[in-house]
Amino acid sequence: MVYELDNSEAVEMKHIISILLENEAGALSRVAGLFSARAYNIESLTVAPTDDPSLSRMTLVTTGTDEIVEQVCKQLNKLVDVVRLVNLTDDVHVERELILIKVKAENEQRDEVKRIVDIFHGHVIDSSDTTYTLEVTGDSEKIDAVLKALEGMTIIEVVRSGQLGMGRGAKGIM
Amino acid sequence: MELTGAEIIIECLKAEGVDYVFGYPGGAVLHIYDAFYKQDDVQHILVRHEQGATHAADGYARATGKPGIVLVTSGPGATNAVTGIATAYMDSIPMIVITGQVPKHLIGNDAFQEVDSVGITRPIVKHNFLINDVNDIAETFKKAFYVATTGRPGPVVIDIPKDITAEKIAFEYPAEIKMRSYNPTVIGDDEQIRRAVDLMLKAERPMIYTGGGVIIGNGSEQLRTFTRSLGYPITQTLMGLGAFPASDPLSLGMLGMHGTYEANMGMHHSDLLIAIGARFDDRVTGALEKFCPDAKIIHIDVDPASISKNVKVDVPIVGEVAPVLDTINALLSKSAEQTNKAALEKWWAQINEWRAQDCLKYDRDSEIIKPQYVVEELHKITNGDAFITSDVGQHQMFAAQYYGFDKPRRWINSGGLGTMGFGLPAAMGVQLAYPDETVACITGESSIQMCIQELSTCKQYGLPVKIINLNNGYMGMVRQWQEFFYEKRYAMSYFDALPDFVALAESYGHVGIKVEKTADVRPALEEAFKQKDRLVFLDFITDREENVYPMIPTGAGLNEMILV
Ligand SMILES: Cc1ncc(C[n+]2csc(CCOP(=O)(O)OP(=O)(O)O)c2C)c(N)n1
Repeated sequence: MVYELDNSEAVEMKHIISILLENEAGALSRVAGLFSARAYNIESLTVAPTDDPSLSRMTLVTTGTDEIVEQVCKQLNKLVDVVRLVNLTDDVHVERELILIKVKAENEQRDEVKRIVDIFHGHVIDSSDTTYTLEVTGDSEKIDAVLKALEGMTIIEVVRSGQLGMGRGAKGIM
Repeated sequence: MELTGAEIIIECLKAEGVDYVFGYPGGAVLHIYDAFYKQDDVQHILVRHEQGATHAADGYARATGKPGIVLVTSGPGATNAVTGIATAYMDSIPMIVITGQVPKHLIGNDAFQEVDSVGITRPIVKHNFLINDVNDIAETFKKAFYVATTGRPGPVVIDIPKDITAEKIAFEYPAEIKMRSYNPTVIGDDEQIRRAVDLMLKAERPMIYTGGGVIIGNGSEQLRTFTRSLGYPITQTLMGLGAFPASDPLSLGMLGMHGTYEANMGMHHSDLLIAIGARFDDRVTGALEKFCPDAKIIHIDVDPASISKNVKVDVPIVGEVAPVLDTINALLSKSAEQTNKAALEKWWAQINEWRAQDCLKYDRDSEIIKPQYVVEELHKITNGDAFITSDVGQHQMFAAQYYGFDKPRRWINSGGLGTMGFGLPAAMGVQLAYPDETVACITGESSIQMCIQELSTCKQYGLPVKIINLNNGYMGMVRQWQEFFYEKRYAMSYFDALPDFVALAESYGHVGIKVEKTADVRPALEEAFKQKDRLVFLDFITDREENVYPMIPTGAGLNEMILV
């Protein structure tokens, strides 16, 4: 009857949640505040206005047991600013993340870095005498793989966008 | 005709049918106060502390079902209101709190009396707004009332910069409002309701467990029909008392930490739990892993997030209590299937055995005044029909256990947040809403001192509240825990210097009566309630070390109660 009793199945999983919310001051802090107040964790969070500037689209990645994530979704749905929420994990969907990597690239390293970028279908988007700045997009696994491939190099800085997600097929979130 | 922002605020309140606003002035709201001065449709009640304003508005809302309205200034006005906002939030009480804000061009500059009111209140409101434009005032108020009063109700804060309240525009109040992001109307799922009815009819050891949601959702009538048509035992939470009459034999009283033996044992041994407008609070469930081990659980609640939050349920029904119960009642009355009479007879026999424990017994012959006795006598003298507010502590539990509420909205206390200081200001709100009804505040000598300044408000508005001070000289509930769990080390749970409450009441212009012997309890109450238009402060000197029984210690199950 109680969670504690069926703990055997209580595995923590990563969930990717897509949220359409009013593009209003404070909406983002309501979402973020909910996570800190209820001790849920946020792995990544991206937000920006949509084609309709009165709406923002947010993609949020969290980990937890099914029960916790169900509560997370219910509590998010309760926020007055949230127009629509979909747990993408429940269905087929696409995920993308973008990473920018500034890496040391001198002498023969310059070719090596270029080769790695090509393998991951990325681009060099800036360069200096001693560095390249790379851009790669893909799902999280691919982004992790790029970083692994560059392990032998000297990485100066990295910025990841956090995951974006969208359901597959013809239907939109509304 | 053009109106100022301040005048528009008043017009919005009028359009919403507001009769009272509880507030306290200050720089950021002076335009609004000026607008109040120029009209007399909406009456402003001047409290003595902003916390008092919020609790008074809250009490008004709990007693009437209408939203309570608060107006405070920026900075300290807003922060003083925080406790009352959180109190309302935890018990899902509809409230509109208007906070003044520094002028727009100063926001973010650490201006005089500036705080981020929207930020501070965010986690303790259903929603909040910062108005940026005088043109948005009317629509924001419409939205605020709509959000506060629909679905699972709650407080809404509207923060208004001062400059906006002076700007002038034409006023028009929206006739209706739609919000694409907020759609509170939910009707219970038919399939789940049918499954629930099926389980209800088959149950052998059923238990109905109801909470404040039945009262807030005005489902009391439906609950009575439902419970009586099934003939099942019912227990109510601290917040739910009165939805079903305590005097009905089907009622097992309150459940939870200080609930009755029969209610908690009944819960523990049930095979079907029918939870209605309740939220499985930790003070109700006891240790979760021991909670209702044999029961299938049906849960009816308007808030989907309440369902399966603490306890996983088998049949969730998301919907407003009253219409869901209407549907269920209709199905039950049409059903060819009967309840299991033989099993129920056995179940009731078992329950009556638990009942025979008489878990609420206390020493009725004591010469020292027993707090329970005062509450029982209060019940008699008010015919069980008074509005009773309370503070927090032992006296609150004694009130809940011994007053026996037969009607909804009569028992007014801070269950979720447990806010000492709630009782007196809440009683003011109730008395203003119902000037001809009897309103009593059951309190303790510690709690009453947290908002004692409101005695002055009561004088100003002639509010004849009766204060029942169960004065044990201790923060009784704290002392009880220290007695049980800290080997009687009574750290900081008493005051060395209590005021003379009679003199105190008199200095505020009220009547004070001190009562020291059991034999004087009844006459003192009679004397007090005869004074229909006076506030009477009854200071009952009670047994210093009386405890609240029964009790479920933290970490124990509902079947592991400590009895007297
Ligand atoms: C604002 C606030 N501070 C502290 C507490 C913790 N607390 C709960 S009960 C209690 C003692 C209340 O004493 P009193 O009002 O005398 O009532 P009694 O228990 O003696 O009946 C305290 C301090 C609280 N509930 N609220």
